Amino acid sequence: MIQVRAFCAAVISLFAFLMFAPAAQADFASSLARFAQDEFSETALAIDEIAASGGSRAQQVLEALGSARLFVDPASKKVYWRAATSDRTIHDAANGEPVADPPAGLQVVRINNRLRGATLNAIGALTLMAPDPARRRAAAESIFKSRDASALAPLEAAIKNEKDPAIAALFAQARAVLMLAEPQTTKDQQLEAISILRMRADIGAIAALRSISATADADVKALAADAVTAIEARLKLMSHVQNVWYGLSLGSVLLLAAIGLAITFGVMGVINMAHGEMVMLGAYTTFVVQEVFRAYAPAWFDWSLAVALPLAFLFTGLVGVAIERGVIRFLYGRPLETLLATWGVSLILQQAVRTIFGPSNREVGAPSYMSGAFDLLGLSVTWGRMWIIVFTLFVFVSLLLALKHTSLGLHMRAVTQNRRMASAMGIRTPWVDAMTFGLGSGLAGIAGVALSQIDNVSPNLGQSYIIDSFMVVVFGGVGNLWGTLVSAFALGVANKFLEPVAGAVLAKIFILVLLILFIQKRPRGLFALKGRAVEA
Amino acid sequence: MITKLFLERYDKVGLIFLGIMATIAIFVPLSNLLLPTDSFLHVPTYVMSLIGKYLCYAILALSLDLVWGYCGILSLGHGAFFALGGYAMGMYLMRQIGARGVYGNPDLPDFMVFLNWKVLPWFWYGFDMFPFALLMMALVPGLLAFLFGWLAFRSRVTGVYLSIITQAMTYALLLAFFRNDMGFGGNNGLTDFKDILGFSIQAQGTRAALFFATALLLILSYVLARWMVTTAFGKVLIAVRDAESRTRFLGYRVEHFKLLVFTVSAAMAGLAGALYVPQVGIINPSEFSPANSIEAVIWVAVGGRGTLVGAALGAVVVNFLKTWFTTGFLAPYWLFMLGGLFIFVTLAMPKGIVGTLQDWSARRRERATYTEKSAQKIAEQGE
Amino acid sequence: MMPNWGVCMSIKFVRRGVLAGMASAAMMLIVGAPAIAQETIKVGILHSLSGTMAISETTLKDVMLMLIEEQNKKGGVLGRKLEAVVVDPASNWPLFAEKARELITQHKVAAVFGCWTSVSRKSVLPVFKELNNILFYPVQYEGEESERNVFYTGAAPNQQAIPAVDYLMSKDGGDVKRWVLAGTDYVYPRTTNRILEAYLKAKGVAAEDIMINYTPFGHSDWQTIVSNVKKFGSAGKKTAVVSTINGDANVPFYKELANQGVKATDIPVVAFSVGEEELAGVDTSNLVGHLAAWNYFQSVKNPANAEFIAKWQAFTKNPKRVTNDPMEAHVVGFNMWIKAIEKAGTTDTDKVIDALPGIEAANLTGGMSKMLPNHHITKPVMIGEIRADGQFDVVWQTKGLVAGDAWSDFLEGSKDLEADWVGKKCGNFNTKINKCGS
Repeated sequence: MIQVRAFCAAVISLFAFLMFAPAAQADFASSLARFAQDEFSETALAIDEIAASGGSRAQQVLEALGSARLFVDPASKKVYWRAATSDRTIHDAANGEPVADPPAGLQVVRINNRLRGATLNAIGALTLMAPDPARRRAAAESIFKSRDASALAPLEAAIKNEKDPAIAALFAQARAVLMLAEPQTTKDQQLEAISILRMRADIGAIAALRSISATADADVKALAADAVTAIEARLKLMSHVQNVWYGLSLGSVLLLAAIGLAITFGVMGVINMAHGEMVMLGAYTTFVVQEVFRAYAPAWFDWSLAVALPLAFLFTGLVGVAIERGVIRFLYGRPLETLLATWGVSLILQQAVRTIFGPSNREVGAPSYMSGAFDLLGLSVTWGRMWIIVFTLFVFVSLLLALKHTSLGLHMRAVTQNRRMASAMGIRTPWVDAMTFGLGSGLAGIAGVALSQIDNVSPNLGQSYIIDSFMVVVFGGVGNLWGTLVSAFALGVANKFLEPVAGAVLAKIFILVLLILFIQKRPRGLFALKGRAVEA
Repeated sequence: MITKLFLERYDKVGLIFLGIMATIAIFVPLSNLLLPTDSFLHVPTYVMSLIGKYLCYAILALSLDLVWGYCGILSLGHGAFFALGGYAMGMYLMRQIGARGVYGNPDLPDFMVFLNWKVLPWFWYGFDMFPFALLMMALVPGLLAFLFGWLAFRSRVTGVYLSIITQAMTYALLLAFFRNDMGFGGNNGLTDFKDILGFSIQAQGTRAALFFATALLLILSYVLARWMVTTAFGKVLIAVRDAESRTRFLGYRVEHFKLLVFTVSAAMAGLAGALYVPQVGIINPSEFSPANSIEAVIWVAVGGRGTLVGAALGAVVVNFLKTWFTTGFLAPYWLFMLGGLFIFVTLAMPKGIVGTLQDWSARRRERATYTEKSAQKIAEQGE
Repeated sequence: MMPNWGVCMSIKFVRRGVLAGMASAAMMLIVGAPAIAQETIKVGILHSLSGTMAISETTLKDVMLMLIEEQNKKGGVLGRKLEAVVVDPASNWPLFAEKARELITQHKVAAVFGCWTSVSRKSVLPVFKELNNILFYPVQYEGEESERNVFYTGAAPNQQAIPAVDYLMSKDGGDVKRWVLAGTDYVYPRTTNRILEAYLKAKGVAAEDIMINYTPFGHSDWQTIVSNVKKFGSAGKKTAVVSTINGDANVPFYKELANQGVKATDIPVVAFSVGEEELAGVDTSNLVGHLAAWNYFQSVKNPANAEFIAKWQAFTKNPKRVTNDPMEAHVVGFNMWIKAIEKAGTTDTDKVIDALPGIEAANLTGGMSKMLPNHHITKPVMIGEIRADGQFDVVWQTKGLVAGDAWSDFLEGSKDLEADWVGKKCGNFNTKINKCGS
């Protein structure tokens, strides 16, 4: 199989070579020399020439150029590229051979966006036959976007050779776009192209269909217009689905930020203004863990979050226990004073982090499984957001289970429901208080790990979540975890449906006003705890 | 007789407070204006404007103590009323600039000209007249508080729920005033004022007069607040604070009492904001930020909740420390100290400065009477 | 009975005494602390060290400390040492005014270097006018201002926004035809976007090819907006985003861009508020090729810049510490101020203000910046592309230096205005009616 493909690739490159032979007259070495000029116009010429020369040698050079791995030795004007693999060996660009001792002071060949685009297009045409399916896919997308007519011939050849039906369909779509742009195509070919694009049904297809020239045949234009309306109707429907998805994603962020508060504030009644700082400490823990990984185990970087999660939970949990033992335990029964003391704690923690880590943002990287997006029935779903939703639900369920089925959970519920009785039954209430506060803080800490993936990691991180968190807990009903869940998702989805209509700012104001009005209707939140007491 | 009636309303702390305030109100402006700058007693303009600012905060703290200390309504949105009053004053001051703005437009403030507004929005009408603006400084915050309270107190939103929705209110206002489309100057707010009532805002005389007005407003607010809490009305307020349902069962319309005191308090905060703006020279949406309102609550707690004087004292003390800590070598560490202070006060002095002092003197008196009694006893036994 | 009364009285007296003592001690602390020392020249540093703006402003405080230390090593100025007075206005705008007043009246500073946000500058303006002192303001801003007491060493809109758009419209910039103007909802983005909108329309861009979007401060959920941008950008014309998104909101914005796969080759984003400091918090490998327009980049190859970076990293004891545009503005402003004092032979405010226009000081990109009569300076404009290491590649730059224009030519109210503090002694001279103050 592989041999067949390799043979085909060879045939195709030969074919390509013959096709572009006149343009490739300038020899490879002199094309490479253009890179040494450090002029964008020269680099542009070099890209065209090298792309035209074809072959794996060209492909390696262009890929190196596109990802800033192509170097020039300023002294000898020779060009080198560095392997993308982890051993980072330096190769001589002229022959692709590894160089044992590369010259010092190599300089990256600079490119700008235009050249980067040109490089991608060139690679697209060259990698249509690559053995790796992901690269063929990327090549198809790149041609689809660039509408570079010169790619038509290699594309036709690649379609005949393609075995994977999904990639073949992508090739067909790319071809359809090129056909529509080509003035010489027949009416039938155009009609076929339109129906292929109609199947693709995304904004890219609309763009291609809209670009049909005004001089085209009336039937073609009518069919294209029809296809555009059909796709638009579908996209409109999709935009609602998308809003729901975005809302769930925002909701999960809110839930994550609020879930620890649902314990410290909701269950224990501590107005914990330092909650946001616990989130921040969790995020900084992630940063520290990642720094360690970067320094000692860069290859295992993807595992950094998995390591950071328990550490963040433990660290912020311990800080929480310390705060409870040091400050809050003297304030039970005086909830409003916990507000003051925890506000003081939050100021201290913020400034402490600012003193230790500096005031500016810290870089927290995304592991590979958190970056990028995938397509789900036309809905673009980013991995990061999806994992955050999954993670949030996981945390929520584990918390519920922990409260229901562990002895700590049992004690916790006992103490919050009737402290004296619990104490009389032999429960060490001070210990339970400390553990409960530690649990709430630890949850805030793991929220920080997740939020570090989408937000700034700065001393101000906590401040931006504290108000929203309180709103979520209060809206859901203090002391009710399910209420917090429903409230977070409700606020998130409502916000995302309002945002396209009213804009981001007004949407938020509306949500706040609705919240104020809602509390009038249900003064104890969405899911009030039922009880006989008139005053809580 | 009248003096006696008047005096009855005040405890010793209150009288000391009124005395100090009256002295400050008269001494500081006169000293600033009349005494030569090298005199030991001369108060420099910088110090005067600083104290003026503290006094505005003191009024805000007082108004907050009125609702929190005496009626149990913990408002985490009192900064909003303060800021609304400030905006009303700011709008008046903006209109006073007239054609002296950089673009020379007689009607539109500068920020409207360069954001391409063509006509003055309707809600800016009338603000060129001081009486109307003055009315608005108290009316707008008062009205908002009335509406808000009417909704909230009728449906018996209490405790943390109330606190959180007041916070939502000020947060919503913060976002709204940040919007440039609202016509309040967005993030830059209102600034670069020139005249107030025809006097240059930078003239020393105007500053002294503003200072005097602030001190006077603080005195009047205190007198009003004290009157409210020492009458029968005040007794009901305290009853609401301590046992709301019981008070309701006794036949009082709790929500009416709450509503009245909340509205009065908001208007008071609004006037404080109005006097604050010409003294600091700017009003900006960040005054609405929830953190500011929380800070005001902290002033009250530091000074002593439910003592009125304590609230004012707390505002001055905390802000003085802030001024002091934020200069020089302490600057990078001042948040540690401020945070530490809050923790210390809540743990070691739960009744605040004034409350602790009162407790202390009461204990002394008790001990004094106790020793006196035992001395008497011993004496009696001895006889 | 009697002795007890006496105790009570004395306690009360003592308490009152303590209060009075506290009050007077307080006064003394404020008033008495700075004894006026003639030996040193005091320099006020008015940058937030806590609160939301600390993230950007703390660096500027450090730069100023470094510059002052260095100048003192050279022997100070006029034979006197410089002394930095650092205050923390804590990102609180009224506190800025208070601290400015404190610096000028209590510490008697000769000049103040400070402020970041426009609102903080607006807040201190009346103080500087009233007490007649000098403020050096180092950040790019919306223009529409020229004050006698303020020297603007950051970029005016014509030194940043318009060249950036010109570049994107050029062939090298990608021949952009469709524009998203995205910003945080405050004055700088509003004004910049208004100027850009007028400029783009003058260049023949149709109204439906311009999309304007505003978000609140610290906006962190960019899903909807990024997907709208993607939609807007798929209409078949080359699209670019001009971002005036402020500070903290940038990191989540860039993270969302990267996650949704918006590549610089598809839809480039050119930012006016994103520099090396801001990118320090982002993994830039997915952002390669997005752009920023500034007057200085750390990556500019130049002996002066290399020396500055080395000194800075030594001063902060951090070999990875980055430099950015507002820092360079302070360097230029500080050097101009020193030269002006030397020229005037005194630190007297009026004389220094008069001496400053016309002063030239080397900037870190190899040119000589000059203070103009409108109190703005000349600067080169550069477009940089984000690299994978968080630095920028300069892909384009103006031939010479661009003069800062206080009053935009593209806004209705301001196009007739002109600032000239040398000849006309006026910050808003109306050329139409030939009168100062219109």
